[in-house]
Amino acid sequence: MMDGIAALDADLRDLYQDLILDHGKHPRNFRKPGDVSREALGHNPLCGDRLIVYLTLDADGTIVDAAFQGSGCAISTASASMMTEMLKGKTRAQADTLFKFMHMACTGAGEIKTAGLTQDEIDRLHALAGVRHYPMRVKCATLAWHTMQAALSALPKASTE
Amino acid sequence: MIASKPAAAPADELFACAAPQLFAAQQYRKDFPILSQEIHGHPLIYLDSAASAQKPRMVIEAMQRFMENDYANIHRGVHELSVRSTDKFEAVRETVRRFINAASTNEIIFTRVGTEAINLVASSWGRKFLKSGDEILITALEHHANIVPWQLLRAELGLKLRIIPITKEGDIRLEDVKAALSPRTKLVAVAHVSNALGTILPIKEIITLAHAQGALVLIDGCQGVVHMPVDVRDLDADFYVFTGHKLYGPTGIGVLYGKFDVLKQMPPYQGGGDMIASVTFEETTYKDPPHRFEAGTPPIVEVIGLGAAIDYVSNIGMSRIAQHETELLHYATEKLQRINSLKILGTAPKKAGVISFVMEGAHPHDIGTILDRQGIAIRAGHHCAQPLMDILGVPGTARASFALYTTKDDVNALVDALGKVQEIFG
Repeated sequence: MMDGIAALDADLRDLYQDLILDHGKHPRNFRKPGDVSREALGHNPLCGDRLIVYLTLDADGTIVDAAFQGSGCAISTASASMMTEMLKGKTRAQADTLFKFMHMACTGAGEIKTAGLTQDEIDRLHALAGVRHYPMRVKCATLAWHTMQAALSALPKASTE
Repeated sequence: MIASKPAAAPADELFACAAPQLFAAQQYRKDFPILSQEIHGHPLIYLDSAASAQKPRMVIEAMQRFMENDYANIHRGVHELSVRSTDKFEAVRETVRRFINAASTNEIIFTRVGTEAINLVASSWGRKFLKSGDEILITALEHHANIVPWQLLRAELGLKLRIIPITKEGDIRLEDVKAALSPRTKLVAVAHVSNALGTILPIKEIITLAHAQGALVLIDGCQGVVHMPVDVRDLDADFYVFTGHKLYGPTGIGVLYGKFDVLKQMPPYQGGGDMIASVTFEETTYKDPPHRFEAGTPPIVEVIGLGAAIDYVSNIGMSRIAQHETELLHYATEKLQRINSLKILGTAPKKAGVISFVMEGAHPHDIGTILDRQGIAIRAGHHCAQPLMDILGVPGTARASFALYTTKDDVNALVDALGKVQEIFG
């Protein structure tokens, strides 16, 4: 029976890693900045998760501030929180690359790509990749990112459906 | 007719009333093949029957037997199989009639889902009898299926949709019903039992009040017929809607009960085969209810499955099922209330076997995932009742719902498994 409990813990810990729990409980950049250049609403109609991603861009299109507000589960909140931290200082091209790597990490298509990322960013992608074994939760992890992409493309909305 | 007797039917309903016996949920459980498996290495505990109930072997076998021996299209052809299929199909209409105590089988219309039954009334009765300025009354706790069809009709006809509010316990007060009713009210459409909170609505009293104002009443009984005996004549309901898959039957089959006097005034819902008396390119005349409303080849096999499901629950006895689920509800409520971080939403005095709850610091989806990994299936989300969630101020809830096969051990397992949620999110 100990084995069962240990296996369960290991299994759930794969999804609910400390980094996820920390950002889920204490989301960073959970605010609306004063000088928003782009914003988009992300909605997962299946579960009701809803968040707004705010981006502040400089003249060159570099993201100088990223923040979000909304309500969602631990996974979607943590993902949004970590994303906003990662986006600061990124160009559009860098943000796109990050999105691509994150998407591959979460959907489980082979090895997690991390070329050019910092160790901190790599750790975060690995934490998010816990959803790989939880097909119903992949959209929770990717919602904020799709919303960020919509904001960068000046689209008002992103939906997981 | 092969009766679908439960494996251990201890008594018929009359006998059970005379001498109450222990409800053998553990025995009935064996009638449901799907329940004997493991999920993620744990025995499956299925607490999501309000979303859809599992199917007893008797339903599965009745459908298979029918397809292997009797199947053909119905109401057509003179050949033996068509005759047999038609007889068995129409026999289920009588089974349904008896189950809800309708006056006649002509009042039982087979639809594809409960949702379609409501849409049928909106489309056929609504378009014929409603006009701009008329009001439809619903409650704040309705399922989307009993909101959206009326909104579509509102947009088309210029109707007003009025909402009966709920108390903080998730209950409906008759004063609020009275206050919302007026001579402009033409239809009151309310749930029998809230799918999200489990509240049993005072539908008999609501029907009396509505009739006094000259309004008709549609009861969304999808969660009603599964939890308690229903007598549409005693209720005096004008329409009563339910679905097969929540009643241990197959998907793809719903039922609309309507009083014959009302049905016979209603135009067809869909046009096609099987609903006509005669067709020429100049003019078509329609059959009488119920066939007027059953265009095209109906879900024949599903109807057979529904019949077997009703036989199954009738053999056990709806009163006994209701009593069993009420006991479980009280047991579970008491146990769950002891968890400090947990709050039950929906505390009306009269409830069916549904418990919605939220936990401090843990989103319903995270609760759902953590329980799933321990073999426990619950529903997490808005339960197709987003307006209700807005009123309650939550994005969604976790919901455990009970069925005739649910045991106290299942409830204990749920309580234990919630400990893991507290451990991770506490």
